[in-house]
Amino acid sequence: MTRKMDNTTRYERLRERYMNGDLDRRSFLGLIGAAGLAYGVQTPFARFAHAQEVQQVRFDGWGGVVSEAFREHAFAPYTEKTGIEVVDGTFGGGDEYLSRVKASQEGEYNIAHLSGVFDYARYHNLGLSTVLNEDNIPNLQYVIPKLIDVFRNVSDGKLSCVPYDYGTTGLAYNRKYISDDEAKEKGAKLLIDEAYKDKISGWSDWRTRIWYAALQTGQNPNAIEDMDAVWDAVRQHRDLSVKYWGSGAELMSLLAEEEVYVTEGWSGRIYALQEQGHDMGYIDPPNGMGWQECLFVIKGSPMEACEELLNFMLAPETSIAVAEGQNYPPALDPQKVDLGDKIPTLPAFDPTGKLDGLTFADPAYWNGNEQEWSKTFGRVQKGY
Amino acid sequence: MSVEAREARQPWILLSPALTAVALLLFVPLIFIVIYSFWLRTATGADQVGFYLDNWQEALTDPFYRDILLNTLKIAAITTAVCAVMGYPAAYFIARSKGNKAILLLLLMLPFWISYIIRTMSWINILGVSGAFNSTLMALGIISEPIQMLYNETTVILGLVHFLLPFMVLNVFVSLDGIDTNLEDAANSLGATRWQAFMQVTLPLSLPGLAAGGLLCFVLGAGTYITPMVLGGPTDAMFANLVFEAIITQLNWPLGSALSLMLLVVLGVLVLIYNRYLGMAQLMKGLG
Repeated sequence: MTRKMDNTTRYERLRERYMNGDLDRRSFLGLIGAAGLAYGVQTPFARFAHAQEVQQVRFDGWGGVVSEAFREHAFAPYTEKTGIEVVDGTFGGGDEYLSRVKASQEGEYNIAHLSGVFDYARYHNLGLSTVLNEDNIPNLQYVIPKLIDVFRNVSDGKLSCVPYDYGTTGLAYNRKYISDDEAKEKGAKLLIDEAYKDKISGWSDWRTRIWYAALQTGQNPNAIEDMDAVWDAVRQHRDLSVKYWGSGAELMSLLAEEEVYVTEGWSGRIYALQEQGHDMGYIDPPNGMGWQECLFVIKGSPMEACEELLNFMLAPETSIAVAEGQNYPPALDPQKVDLGDKIPTLPAFDPTGKLDGLTFADPAYWNGNEQEWSKTFGRVQKGY
Repeated sequence: MSVEAREARQPWILLSPALTAVALLLFVPLIFIVIYSFWLRTATGADQVGFYLDNWQEALTDPFYRDILLNTLKIAAITTAVCAVMGYPAAYFIARSKGNKAILLLLLMLPFWISYIIRTMSWINILGVSGAFNSTLMALGIISEPIQMLYNETTVILGLVHFLLPFMVLNVFVSLDGIDTNLEDAANSLGATRWQAFMQVTLPLSLPGLAAGGLLCFVLGAGTYITPMVLGGPTDAMFANLVFEAIITQLNWPLGSALSLMLLVVLGVLVLIYNRYLGMAQLMKGLG
């Protein structure tokens, strides 16, 4: 595979030749001018060519420990290497972010750390996807093929994102009050156990609520047959809960402050709590919710600069450092890359790279029911 | 151009930057919201342009929205009443204090220097299971287990009172400060007790300020969504939360537009009623 040279490298080499004396000043300025002219001619805004120079790329993620890991291990070194600043924004959830992107002008948002194939499909269906030039992302070769294929299936064989990490939304519980044995025995039904009334919580995300209600009623979350039973289980959980959480920070706070003893939680956040010394248990019940996250390039973004950042972030040394910081296994194939000592200890990690043990949401099934279920959940959530 | 014509134009010239800002930032977006409310959301989340009454029909006939709206008005009314009861004595104390009025007013304004969200979240550290209140009670041996105080309608009202109380105090203060204290003295000299002088002279004269504070508290309280989100339980939603959900969670901007206009109309009617009977002048004084 031959890699197309990016603009940064091209200009760096040109400048190097000039500084080394291999190129006289007149030729150097002439080549820079020609590049500018060529760039200007190919766009309808030729006279603004200078203003279009890519100086920054906007990246939006989940905040907290996840964004800290990105900042420290990926963005800072990338900016140092390329001179392109990464503007680092955060969001509380995929729905909120999609609404912001929908309200924005093209190019305002560039790369997003999206969760699930579900979100990828929604962005694609709304015409917000791009087509990545995979030649510019050679590090894509290290990624688990199964994670790439599911995205290709959504967007006609093309990619608008690169897979980056995966994890689970499992049961998190305080071991001071709930034993591992009890959690394993009760599984998802722990979240509707009357014994823990007002000490239960859950994510306010309708998909997660329905997924766990399906497990509580003994159904396959990707093929629910009795929706009435699911809504009853959602209501039961609502009446026993003290509060729904809306962000990773709130999830960690509720558990750490012992406001709640049990909730479902994101594997990486619970691992972070364990690292902080909180005695938290975490299990994935049978058919527990697996998900993968990707770095999605939004329509209107400067493609080469974004592809360069994606390639930089997929480089094993960057990807592993970020994964260790955010506590989610990277999308890198353990059969191709040595992932070090910490990653194999993370929840949800699959050493085979096949991910057969995780159940992912079927994007067609969940997208097909999104409009009706999200609306109904909004009502059930408020006591109806 | 005559002097009269020039003088007639001057206020409009001075007002034009503000009018332009209001037109661009308030009326134009409002027109967009009205237009949006007649569109439809498709299954993919995209908007279907057209003239459909579906959103309005749903918003106006579905008992779900009516119930949440009534509950929102109830919470806003309770909050306003609590603010009035707590705010009036504070405003009276500031208005009648000698010498340190400026410091007291500064103290009143201090909470505005901190973000509203941070102020709301501070209650978690006060009333939470591991919060200051429970820790103190447990340290004193009064309780053995922490009391669950957060995430219910009471804490939502508490958070709203915390947010809105300064608005009430400021409005009542402006009203009380403008009352000539000689009137109370005159009432006393005519045989009225201090309580009677207050009830028959001061209180009636300060009612416009109380009403202005009440209107502000009610309108701001009814339109909030952060407080119930942070301090409320699963079922403690207010009407603005429905707008948030329709627009953010369900990506249903058309329905969200219809709901937000519905809330705007209800609160607008209240403002019109206030203006009809009391006028906006008192409100402007309080805000100033």
